[in-house]
Amino acid sequence: MLLNYLFPHFMHEDTGGKWLISLLIAITLLVVMFNFFIPESSALHIPTYMVTLLGKYLCLALLAIALDLVWGYCGILSLGHGAFFALGGYAMGMYLMRQIGDRGVYGNAELPDFMVFLNWHELPWYWQGFEYFSFTALMIILVPGLLAYVFGWMTFRSRVTGVYLSIMTQALTYALLLAFFRNEMGLGGNNGLTDFKDILGFSLQADGTRIILFTLSALALISGYIASRFIVQSKLGKTVVAIRDAELRTRFIGYKVEDYKLWIFVFSAMLAGIAGALYVPQVGIINPGEFSPLNSIELAIWVAIGGRGTLFGAVIGALLVNYAKTYFTGALPEFWLFALGTLFIVSTLYLPQGIVGLFSQFTNKQQKQSAKHGALQEETT
Amino acid sequence: MKSIQKKNILHCYVKNHIRYLMSCLLLFTLMLSHSTYASSISKTNITDNGSKQQVSTKQTQLEKIIPQLRVKNFKKKIASIKQLAEIDDPQTIVILEALLNSKLYYQKSDKKVVIINKKNNQYETFSTLNNNAIAIVQKKTLKKITTNNKLRKTIRALLAKKKILNSNLDVRQNALKEILTANDASLLPVLEQAQRQETDKSQQDLLKLAIALIEVHSNNSETRQSAVKRLGNSLYPVAKGKLTKILETDEHGQYIEQDKAVIALAEKAMQRISSKLSLFGNLETLFFGLSLGSVLLLAAIGLSITFGVMGVINMAHGELIMLGAYTTYLVQQLMPNDIGLSLIVAIPAAFIVSGLFGVAIERGVIRHLYGRPLETLLATFGISLLLQQMVRTLISAQNVPVITPSWLSGSLVLNPAFALTYNRIYIFFFALFVFAMLMLILKKTSLGLQVRAVAQNRGMATAMGIKTQWVDSLTFGLGSGVAGVAGVALSQLTNVGPNLGQAYIIDSFMVVVFGGVENLWGTLVAAMTLGITNKFLEPWAGAVMAKIIVLISLIIFIQKRPNGLFPQKGRASGGH
Repeated sequence: MLLNYLFPHFMHEDTGGKWLISLLIAITLLVVMFNFFIPESSALHIPTYMVTLLGKYLCLALLAIALDLVWGYCGILSLGHGAFFALGGYAMGMYLMRQIGDRGVYGNAELPDFMVFLNWHELPWYWQGFEYFSFTALMIILVPGLLAYVFGWMTFRSRVTGVYLSIMTQALTYALLLAFFRNEMGLGGNNGLTDFKDILGFSLQADGTRIILFTLSALALISGYIASRFIVQSKLGKTVVAIRDAELRTRFIGYKVEDYKLWIFVFSAMLAGIAGALYVPQVGIINPGEFSPLNSIELAIWVAIGGRGTLFGAVIGALLVNYAKTYFTGALPEFWLFALGTLFIVSTLYLPQGIVGLFSQFTNKQQKQSAKHGALQEETT
Repeated sequence: MKSIQKKNILHCYVKNHIRYLMSCLLLFTLMLSHSTYASSISKTNITDNGSKQQVSTKQTQLEKIIPQLRVKNFKKKIASIKQLAEIDDPQTIVILEALLNSKLYYQKSDKKVVIINKKNNQYETFSTLNNNAIAIVQKKTLKKITTNNKLRKTIRALLAKKKILNSNLDVRQNALKEILTANDASLLPVLEQAQRQETDKSQQDLLKLAIALIEVHSNNSETRQSAVKRLGNSLYPVAKGKLTKILETDEHGQYIEQDKAVIALAEKAMQRISSKLSLFGNLETLFFGLSLGSVLLLAAIGLSITFGVMGVINMAHGELIMLGAYTTYLVQQLMPNDIGLSLIVAIPAAFIVSGLFGVAIERGVIRHLYGRPLETLLATFGISLLLQQMVRTLISAQNVPVITPSWLSGSLVLNPAFALTYNRIYIFFFALFVFAMLMLILKKTSLGLQVRAVAQNRGMATAMGIKTQWVDSLTFGLGSGVAGVAGVALSQLTNVGPNLGQAYIIDSFMVVVFGGVENLWGTLVAAMTLGITNKFLEPWAGAVMAKIIVLISLIIFIQKRPNGLFPQKGRASGGH
């Protein structure tokens, strides 16, 4: 196949991934062109708000890949992945807050508005360094990674698995939700961080910045996908799948199961952090609501709908469900929770492999039929 | 064989219901006795006021004296006021207060004395004999009955005396609370007289305190010392305030108070009060902890059946609680005239509603997902969203008002520093009661036996002729029904809205996991431990932080003991 020359060798078998990435690149180029070169009066023009919306979806798709990596391939249903996403988002939010400088309502060059409002006099220690983008970029990866490391190290070592693990991750994100709601936390409390002005000197309101952010999200999604595919195809990935299917056997063969689980969990958390960091400048706010357990469970349903353990299924699921959410909450707000609830039930009862599974079932049948056909032909000749 | 089995199960099912009904009856009689007690108190208050005949003689006395208040001479006026005060009629208090507040006038035309109330530059007049409104008149038709300082002082003393020695307990109590801070030495004889006559225990404590508060300012050192000592016995905040005032220091750290003995005694008294207050403070925290624990127990106990015994993750458990709370609301809407009874009706109603929903969920969804716990988790979460939205669409997106019946409101005041609210006490015992009932069902009925058999070894249970699917449905229905009953209790403590259940789901799971799966006792201990820990952390960490600390400690605890406080031992635990 011609596409194979464009992709690294470990993706040669991954037809779905190749299609997905090609599509993503095509769509990105098209969207940028339609936004830039077609005049606003034309029906084909894609307005900037739409570009931002698409960028948001792409970030969420990256988050879905992160969850699919641990759930689909390692069997860890984390119901707290929203926490890693939110932590990455908060790190980015802190950088953006520091960029506001003295343009805030109170005009304090050193302190963000909410701190002035709370009568704080100096920047807390954990805000130090966030005026530098390079430091922030490091924190976006390190903070979720560290939390995942500590949590995973404790949990996997004591062999907490399955549903227990899910409930514990849920408790983790719930605890963080409560913590970030507190004003004393120094991260904006209930309102979170918002009113961002610019990033690296470019205004966040400018169309150009928004399009670049969208492109960056697409790039992040594509590289996140390729990196995840690389891991999944590597020896590490094979071991992780073995752990998913028979944890005890893998352990008895001599693999240190908890190490494998831990590294895949930490990597996944970092991906989620990056997704969060790209999400925040596009939506313009980060608040404790992102930690809510509901968000993390909803994330699981994107992956389940798309198809677990395929990576591209997660992307499809995230894009579809989020598009549906945008549509329904606008058109039929009453209907959305009914639809989402039904999605949960239908996808678990009737679509254990998700949309991708449905599709591959269909193609498998065709393949079998053609194989049968071929065999018959061989027999006759 | 089959029919025998069926009969047997039916039999035990019916038996359970009878037990349930009986327990409801028991609870009902308990509550009835409480309410009749309350009404008997109010009756005695009414009969206090004496017979009709006496009233009429008092009336004529009043009619005779009231016109005398018009005299110009203050000495004579004081004499008639004293005469007036001697009449044993609540109306005299009204008249004296009116005079004190310059609201006693007489009409220029017929010299009739009236009480007035200013209303938009016009005066509304009331009868001095029975407070009935007479007319609205112009200011110039009236003349005020004047007072001077001495007169007002006399009236105040008379009023205080009349109120403190009043035959009505409520009047006595209110009067005493008013003069507690007034520090009026002239009241001392009256207070001492009242103390000799008083029969009510708490009123007597208050009188002692009032006397001590006045005697602290006496000129006699010994009197002061004994007064300070007595202050140390009172838990009213006034006593502590007075002692703090005695122990005040000036800017050089010297006591303003000169009497060394008084200072020493005051310090001792202060210590005694502080230690008592902290003891009662701790008791109160313990009570709040137990109360929170009972709420957690109620929320989690149904889950410990479905999750603990059946191993099913039901994320819609919180919504089954919510349905119970809404059932309470609907029952109250159906019987608005019997709010007291509505709660008793709501308990079985909520059990049935939530139980039926539970059976439907089990039959419709969970049955297809046995052995796939993560999928069960997601599917039931979907159900929880559906139920929430259903309530929003069918009833309202806003919180609905659930009325607290009178027998649940108010509090049990043990002393000024320690009061327990009735609703929390009732809910605590109700939680224990529900726990005991569930324990009975699981341990003593044949349904319970079958439930345990299926939980321990499904295959073997089937081989013994137990219809495992039937047992599954009933067990799930039972757990869900209990969630509904929890909803009735919670409707008395929190707001009832579509999100009610979400607040409890994580907590309930934590309780069950902490206590150890398949262990009802573990759930009880875990709920109480978490409740009490939470409340004791709250004073120094703050409510939210306490919750975070508890959550994090739980996460760490489960790492150490993945099977909870009381892990299942032996062969039955073989699950993992």
